[in-house]
Amino acid sequence: MLKITDLRASLEVEDKEILKGVDLEVQAGTVHAIMGPNGSGKSTLSYVLSGKGGYEVTQGSAMLEGADLLEMEPEERAAAGLFLAFQYPVEIPGVGNMTFLRTAVNSQRKARGEDELSATDFLKEIREKAKALKIDADMLKRPVNVGFSGGEKKRNEVLQMAMLEPKMCILDETDSGLDIDAMKLVADGVNALRSEGRGFLVITHYQRLLDHIKPDVVHIMSEGRIVKSGGPELALEVEHNGYTDILSEVA
Amino acid sequence: MALANPKQTATEARIAALTIPESGWTAPARKAALARLRKEGLPDRRDEYWKFTRPDSLVTPEVPKAATFTHDEGPIFGERDRLKIVFVDGVFDADASDDLSMEGIEIGMLAAEQGADIHWARDLYGTLEERGQDPVDRPLAALNTAAATDGVLIRVTGKPSKPVSLIYRHQSDTSDAVLHHVLRVESGAALTVLENGPAAARLNKVMEIDIADGGTLHHVRAQGRDHDRRAVTHIFARLGRESVLKSFTMTANGRLTRNEAIVELTGDDAVVHIAGACVGDGANGGEFHHDDTVFITHNAENCESRQVFKKVLRNGAVGVFQGKILVKAGAQKTDGYQKSQSLLLDGDSQFLAKPELEIYADDVACSHGSTSGAIDETALFYMRARGVPHREATDLLTLAFLGEAIDEIEDRDLGEEILARIESWLARRR
Ligand SMILES: Nc1ncnc2c1ncn2[C@@H]1O[C@H](COP(=O)(O)OP(=O)(O)O)[C@@H](O)[C@H]1O
Ligand SMILES: [Mg+2]
Repeated sequence: MLKITDLRASLEVEDKEILKGVDLEVQAGTVHAIMGPNGSGKSTLSYVLSGKGGYEVTQGSAMLEGADLLEMEPEERAAAGLFLAFQYPVEIPGVGNMTFLRTAVNSQRKARGEDELSATDFLKEIREKAKALKIDADMLKRPVNVGFSGGEKKRNEVLQMAMLEPKMCILDETDSGLDIDAMKLVADGVNALRSEGRGFLVITHYQRLLDHIKPDVVHIMSEGRIVKSGGPELALEVEHNGYTDILSEVA
Repeated sequence: MALANPKQTATEARIAALTIPESGWTAPARKAALARLRKEGLPDRRDEYWKFTRPDSLVTPEVPKAATFTHDEGPIFGERDRLKIVFVDGVFDADASDDLSMEGIEIGMLAAEQGADIHWARDLYGTLEERGQDPVDRPLAALNTAAATDGVLIRVTGKPSKPVSLIYRHQSDTSDAVLHHVLRVESGAALTVLENGPAAARLNKVMEIDIADGGTLHHVRAQGRDHDRRAVTHIFARLGRESVLKSFTMTANGRLTRNEAIVELTGDDAVVHIAGACVGDGANGGEFHHDDTVFITHNAENCESRQVFKKVLRNGAVGVFQGKILVKAGAQKTDGYQKSQSLLLDGDSQFLAKPELEIYADDVACSHGSTSGAIDETALFYMRARGVPHREATDLLTLAFLGEAIDEIEDRDLGEEILARIESWLARRR
């Protein structure tokens, strides 16, 4: 599904290398987790994959089902099936949540040469999916993320993911700032989307989320590299011993 | 003999090209206005009040040519139930207009009623314009009072069932229209006035609005469609106790537009909101220069004034905002608010702003803020990451930016119609 090979990226402005050769492959139908200390480059990886400006890819490749992501505009990557749930979802005053989501869904459909979703079909679908995430009508009407609590923002990200039905989902610390109930809602939302044809890359700081979204593979990232990969037990190791042991072991 | 200065020469040259009626009930007001014009002289680029906007093409005796414009999209407000009054190149067109009688309102025409003695209009014509000359000269408004060729005289005595819609059409590429409207809203009466359409190659328009105690006027204006437009417009308004004036203007296209609003709050508890949403594109050899100049005088207690102006500028478009709130001694509990913002879609465009507060009372709350900025890149990326293409995302953010001004329109449907117009204007430029 997603194949990243020796990916290196620097900040455009200060020529500082953040990603120092990332290798990673996520197969369809699997959930991979990336853990790692703050500042190790997890968010940067998600931004570079989704096409945010400000980074320069100096080497390597990132392919989604054989298509070169790095050659595409952000909206093309989205239409190709890539989705990033932001660590810090953006507030957009003046743009209604529902309007935004409908524009997004239909833009992607248009880009793929599919028919647009009718207003009624869209409404029906969003109501159903919002309900499962305990997102009420008022939140749908309000401007995108404006005045939302931390938990509401994260649930809104999962709602967008559910509506857009991407092939490859990257979740960047979707659990941070959530209480246990909100985290369960989010995890249930993600689990409902797990399927044969879909891959997940779950970036998290804590093992906690991985109790609810069971990963197939866990990677440890440090200083811009994947330094260790293993099964779910690796996450437990981090939980019990912290990063220091693992990092000194690979150093 | 003293040598004539250039300003005087220019003013006399312009006056010589005007036809000023010397009889009829407006004659004394016209004569006085002509004297004001001579005393002040027409604006030139050395005038402080015209520092950001070159008045040249507005004051020349000859009219710069302006091509007429055809469009696939029908005119705005077209689907609405309204009383239509049509002016073609600044002249009332009775055949194209509706019957002017309606419950709760008296409507007459300036040109047609020259012989009549309409007391209410005679007391008003040129009066508010003259009051608005202090403390700042507004010579183009004085010129208008002196030389207006037509306009509508509206006296609102009740609550008419539908809006009065002033529709302007432009047929000659050298027409020079001088329109002067007079509106009197009697105590407790209420009206909505709509304006739209390209009026002439060059337009000088004055609207005098006198609102008695408890009266309400909603004004929604759409300036657009004609790319070569040059226009200077003035609203002079006087508000009585507990009266309300809400005026909104949408502007698109036009080479040069200056909209002035001069409002005096003379009765306690009056409310005035003036708002504008403007989109300008200087591309394809076009020019776009739009100037909003507002002067609000608080001369009574507990009044509210609110100015909300938003401009979206691209490809070398220029936006100007000059806005002043003057709070006179004794105008306690004044609530004055002013917000003027521009969104610059590229590095070529420019926004020039001069917000001013002058306050002589101690118990007032006044605020003003003027900013100009680029599109929010973080929001833009977020939208693109969800699959919304760059241009569409930019348009959505642009409309959101303008939304705050459009929200000032009281009637939701009218607001939606304005928004839809701007949306299609943006979509045509994707
Ligand atoms: N736009 C940026 N400007 C400056 N520094 C940045 C920027 N993006 C990332 N960095 C730096 O890159 C490193 C990795 O950051 P990040 O990817 O956010 O880490 P993580 O998500 O793993 O906590 C940090 O040292 C961070 O300060
Ligand atoms: Mg991060």
